[in-house]
Amino acid sequence: MKTYRKTDIKPSEITSKALFHSRRRFMQMTAGASLAALLPTSVWAGEKLAGKKSTYTVDDELTPYKDITQYNNFYEFGTSKEDPAVNAGSLKTRPWTVTVEGEVHKPKVFDIDELLKLAPMEERIYRFRCVEAWSMVVPWLGYPLAELLKQVEPTGNAKYVEFISLHDPEQMLGQKSSVLEWPYREGLRLDEAMHPLTLLAFGLYGEVLPNQNGAPMRMVIPWKYGFKSAKAIVKIRLVEQQPVTSWMQAGPGEYGFYSNVNPKVDHKRWSQAKERRIGEFFKRKTLMFNGYVEEVGQLYAGMDLKMNF
Amino acid sequence: MTIKNLNDKSLAWFKAVIFLLALMPLTKLGLQGYHNALGANPIEKITRTTGYWTLAFLLITLSVTPVRRLSGWQWLVRLRRMLGLFAFFYGSLHFLTYLVLDQFFDCDGIVKDILKRPYITIGFPSFLLMLPLAATSTNAMIHRLGGKRWQHLHRLVYVCSIGGVVHYWWLVKKDLTNPIIFAALLAILLGFRVAYWHLQSRKQHLFANASTAPLGRP
Repeated sequence: MKTYRKTDIKPSEITSKALFHSRRRFMQMTAGASLAALLPTSVWAGEKLAGKKSTYTVDDELTPYKDITQYNNFYEFGTSKEDPAVNAGSLKTRPWTVTVEGEVHKPKVFDIDELLKLAPMEERIYRFRCVEAWSMVVPWLGYPLAELLKQVEPTGNAKYVEFISLHDPEQMLGQKSSVLEWPYREGLRLDEAMHPLTLLAFGLYGEVLPNQNGAPMRMVIPWKYGFKSAKAIVKIRLVEQQPVTSWMQAGPGEYGFYSNVNPKVDHKRWSQAKERRIGEFFKRKTLMFNGYVEEVGQLYAGMDLKMNF
Repeated sequence: MTIKNLNDKSLAWFKAVIFLLALMPLTKLGLQGYHNALGANPIEKITRTTGYWTLAFLLITLSVTPVRRLSGWQWLVRLRRMLGLFAFFYGSLHFLTYLVLDQFFDCDGIVKDILKRPYITIGFPSFLLMLPLAATSTNAMIHRLGGKRWQHLHRLVYVCSIGGVVHYWWLVKKDLTNPIIFAALLAILLGFRVAYWHLQSRKQHLFANASTAPLGRP
């Protein structure tokens, strides 16, 4: 019984991406041919998206595309990790607008296609650590959230940023269950939000985000547990008070506002000292701030990270 | 022959069918493993699946007596040992998955888990409780212990099942659907026993009264 994949798969054994996609594309074409005439020019999940290589990139081996797109925590599409890949097809990512409002001088409703062109797209390879003690390495496409926030000019009162995801049980069938309080809400402190590592992502592996990965636009905050990185965002609000997030409401003792990756602060019910990198057999030690201490350590200087978990 | 009074031959066939059915979850896991279809996190998948079926077989085993009492199909009791041993079998696979695949014999990590992680603190002894039950499941052991003592010992299965359900309840991140279903079924199965015992003792009480008190009213 094969219980795990070895990490040293020979390149020759991997289905080439071209082949993988040719099948995808064939299926999309046949299934979508009749629909295509009815739809406006939309960005298919799987459509190419280019970005220049960024220096914010780790050398870790990439997690395979298949695992990144078929093992997802996205409760809007069901609570098991296989659910999103199955159920996310019902999400319509066009037309899509993102409202940026609150403590800003220039509030604005952005069209998703406008956002795609707002700043130069970069490819960044980040570690991604889930609060459930597994991790991946993902080549994201996007640009720093700071680029968008600069456009709306936060006022002096803006201390926090709140992210609000789509709430539509017709498209997101997981929202028919009250497992979390919908819409999904997340938040960052303004300096965290403005940090150059904080990414507004539109794609992965050289293509537009698949729906199950948070299309059409999501956050990626690599030094925090995965649930901090809100998906399918429709609203970004700059606020004075620390927002209450969906997970804070779900488990106040278990999920804090900061939720920085920290091997020394355990989840109430399980250890965070180690993690299983998807595709590897042995667990590896979890790194402080997921290995981004140099970049973000100073944001939390003097803070009690046990208290502010 | 009726379904109420199954003959030995039919029972043997029935047992064989149940045996094969009980192996289905393992077969499915094996096939998925062979075809590399256990998903991105195979160890998690194996742990979840074997744990799920441990609890499922515990509940199936516990349903034998109530169903037998309600239906009058006495032969059901002759399936109970096999079903209980399947619970132990999947429990052992579950434990071994944790020990070998998940922790890889990291004693330090395991001790810490048992001390610090409530769901493991309760899951580990719940599994250990199954050991004496499996060890005394043979006819010879029933003879050696004597029916009454054997029966008392095997009431540990109630503790074990409650521990198992609590273990599941505590490990789930947010979606409690499955643990709630297991807990409700267990409550029904244990509730049936409490009700039955209560009725029995009342009957005995009445019988005892009836035998001493005069029958007619004054």
